[in-house]
Amino acid sequence: MITLSHYLVLSAILFAISVAGIFLNRKNIIVLLMAIELMLLAVNMNFIAFSHHWGNLAGQVMVFFILTVAAAESAIGLAILVILFRNLRSINVDDIGTLKG
Amino acid sequence: MTFQSIIFYIFAAVLVISALRVISAQNPVHAVLFLVLAFFTAAALWLLLYAEFLALTLILVYVGAVMVLFLFVVMMLDINFEKLREGFWKYLPVAATIATLMVVEMVLLITSKGFHLADQALPVAPVAVSNTKELGRILYTDYLLPFELSAVILVVAIVAAIALTLRPRKEARSQNVGDQVRVKASDRLKIIKMDAEKELPSVPMSTAAPAESKQS
Repeated sequence: MITLSHYLVLSAILFAISVAGIFLNRKNIIVLLMAIELMLLAVNMNFIAFSHHWGNLAGQVMVFFILTVAAAESAIGLAILVILFRNLRSINVDDIGTLKG
Repeated sequence: MTFQSIIFYIFAAVLVISALRVISAQNPVHAVLFLVLAFFTAAALWLLLYAEFLALTLILVYVGAVMVLFLFVVMMLDINFEKLREGFWKYLPVAATIATLMVVEMVLLITSKGFHLADQALPVAPVAVSNTKELGRILYTDYLLPFELSAVILVVAIVAAIALTLRPRKEARSQNVGDQVRVKASDRLKIIKMDAEKELPSVPMSTAAPAESKQS
């Protein structure tokens, strides 16, 4: 019998994996973006599981908007990545310290 | 163990393994492909939750568009990925500890007695209701403004992505609008006063003929 907690645990595992991915690949922006996509997937799965559990479609509408914003975000992120590589010949996070922040 | 739970465990295992491979793959192309696998299995899990429209949207939008964009960028850039993996093993203990802690905390919270969701089976959706139809109905009524705002966000993303990556070519010709507006009619058109008819001077044939033969 599949209960709501199965899905919640699964998405918690997925979220933790992507947090670990951000720690491990902290120099590679491409993998960082992919880890963010995985996090959004975990959150979306929570939304859908709760939406199904309560019989309320508002959660699925939220997933719809999250998908839209995530697509826009990754498109702009990859565009920034391309011009970054064009200017610096590198996508290492350590090289992007021009502002000394 | 029902058929649905077997399906769930299989897909959950594939999802977790592919997520692990995404963050640990040496070649980013492999990472992108494992991310595609993760999205596919997540879509299958969403189908188990009767969210058909979003499952298909996930495949179409994410696998079809976003992941292909990732693949394009990964293959287009000439990057030494070995150098970018420095510190992977150094940070592995910290990352594993934090991830394990997060999972343990979440599991303790979800399966605790105070959290009354653990023991209830998920409801079965009524067969006659179409998920896509219901979603579209509330999307175009209750959530109309956010829906239009998300369309605006997509337009802004298109314009931003093109404007960021646009590189004007040096040999490209373009109009100078300022010059075009500033120009006056007298710069372009010169009116010459001249007679409508002009009488040709009468040239005798004998002098014209040697000139022609000299030219030829």
